[in-house]
Amino acid sequence: MSLIRKTAAELGALVASREVTAVEVTQAHLDRIAEVDGRVNAFLHVDAESALAQARSIDERIAAGETLGPLAGVPIAHKDVFTTTGMPTTAGSKILEGWRPPYDATVTRRLREAGLVILGKTNLDEFAMGSSTENSAYGPTHNPWDLDRIPGGSSGGSSAAVSAYEAPLSTGTDTGGSIRQPAAVTGIVGMKPTYGGSSRYGLIAFASSLDTPGPFARNVLDAALLHEAFSGHDPLDSTSIDAPVPPVVEAARNADVAGMRVGVVKEFGGEGYQPGVLARFNEAVELLESLGAKVVEVSCPTFSYALPAYYLIAPSECSSNLARFDAMRYGLRVGDDGTRSAEEVMALTRAAGFGPEVKRRIMLGTYALSSGYYDAYYGQAQKVRTLIMRDFEAAFHQVDVLVSPTTPTTAFPIGERADDPMAMYLADLCTIPTNLAGNAAISVPCGLADEDGLPVGLQVMAPVLADDRCYRVGAAVEKAFESRWGGSLLSRAPAL
Amino acid sequence: MSAITRDEVAHLARLSRLALADDELDHFAAQLDQIVGAVARVAEVAADDIPPSSHALPLANVFRPDDVRPGLTPEGALSGAPAVEDDRFRVPRILGEEE
Repeated sequence: MSLIRKTAAELGALVASREVTAVEVTQAHLDRIAEVDGRVNAFLHVDAESALAQARSIDERIAAGETLGPLAGVPIAHKDVFTTTGMPTTAGSKILEGWRPPYDATVTRRLREAGLVILGKTNLDEFAMGSSTENSAYGPTHNPWDLDRIPGGSSGGSSAAVSAYEAPLSTGTDTGGSIRQPAAVTGIVGMKPTYGGSSRYGLIAFASSLDTPGPFARNVLDAALLHEAFSGHDPLDSTSIDAPVPPVVEAARNADVAGMRVGVVKEFGGEGYQPGVLARFNEAVELLESLGAKVVEVSCPTFSYALPAYYLIAPSECSSNLARFDAMRYGLRVGDDGTRSAEEVMALTRAAGFGPEVKRRIMLGTYALSSGYYDAYYGQAQKVRTLIMRDFEAAFHQVDVLVSPTTPTTAFPIGERADDPMAMYLADLCTIPTNLAGNAAISVPCGLADEDGLPVGLQVMAPVLADDRCYRVGAAVEKAFESRWGGSLLSRAPAL
Repeated sequence: MSAITRDEVAHLARLSRLALADDELDHFAAQLDQIVGAVARVAEVAADDIPPSSHALPLANVFRPDDVRPGLTPEGALSGAPAVEDDRFRVPRILGEEE
């Protein structure tokens, strides 16, 4: 089997035992990128020279007898919203074109410390705002299952890179579903850890009370290994949780759901859901029952207000966070001709540097925070947030995990929702409640929809700091489905 | 409940420091009106006695010892600046002519 088809765990073991060098593994993935990325456009920046140098250094350390972590020498694609020294960081925006950060994000630093080889930076919706990667200033990424369709978003470059075998692992960030939704529509695994479980230091902020870094992989164990590698307390992030990382790798290896109580969220289903998505979801629930889980229906009545609450809270936070792009200290500056004031230059720069979705959200947030509207919009959304947290709390008294489809539909065609913001926002209907409540959730493949033959994701939600339950259930579903299918879902994707 | 007019968008754009073109104002007015109409649904939830949550997790202020640590060098801090003069960020004039 070629190196690019192997799992991250296998590659790490091969490199550690010196059966294969990290340089060979890295070169195989660089060759794959050269072969397919012209069509997929997963990467904004590939640094072959730096990747090979990192790989050589891993090989030398192993040859010298050093014992490194389980992912040392494994290549990774890194979402271009994390700062990286020695590589540009754009957040998919023209306003940061060519910017080279003077420091590494904590996630970046931990990838390097774990010996992961950073191949390059992946495409995203501008400032992680979107569900399709069409909002990137650098052109859309294409879904490897069907190049005319979206790979999800905002972490669409990261989902496509892993799904197209350009990298076995990638990083993402999830503010309203930006890891789980792209994972679902590209047939891979994506995990949103508990808020505060992974560091936001050096992550370019969109909505600070929601933004959560997390892993993408082609299988549950690989996702857990990456989760463990970059998570944990970070004194540089004031909302980082000072607690041990949940035992995610152990849970991924355990994969036993016998006796677990699984709740099906009543409010997720019906109108607006594709029949093929619901059919695969129902099969996954039956599968969990056959594996010994106790399935019950659970009602979370305020979940239907999560989407409107999110589209007040996230834009409000973004309108404040993106004020830092002021054309003064870094990034683009437009119109500084010696006659214009700082304020005029700022407004011209932001108009030229931000795309339409970012402008929409900044203005929406500015509106929701305006005096006279604050109580009715932002204030009321924060109260709804409390009620959503209470719904989760009540549900987790009855069950160990909640399940739902990850997305209401499979990947839609590029362009279909590009100028219809409300239609685009519906892609995150099932993923948003978890962001508002800060708990953990994973998406794992659960089959192909009959209508279009495209991947469907199962979402497993667990309480705060019970991330391991997502991996345990995810691994059980993966194992049972793969034995039924005779291989991974991704092995059924058309050749690129 | 919602009625985002062209003038309202022009006001929001000024507050947001976005120099929008005329055609953008019309386009965004229609879209923002639709979005605000949809998100206004949060008003349907009876929540008068519910406390607001700004975060999902209880947060306490975090302090660190006041020790001297290495930070960015001037070169590092200025490395992405659009304009630099004498080790400082060079910016357009901040005060108006009459001030």
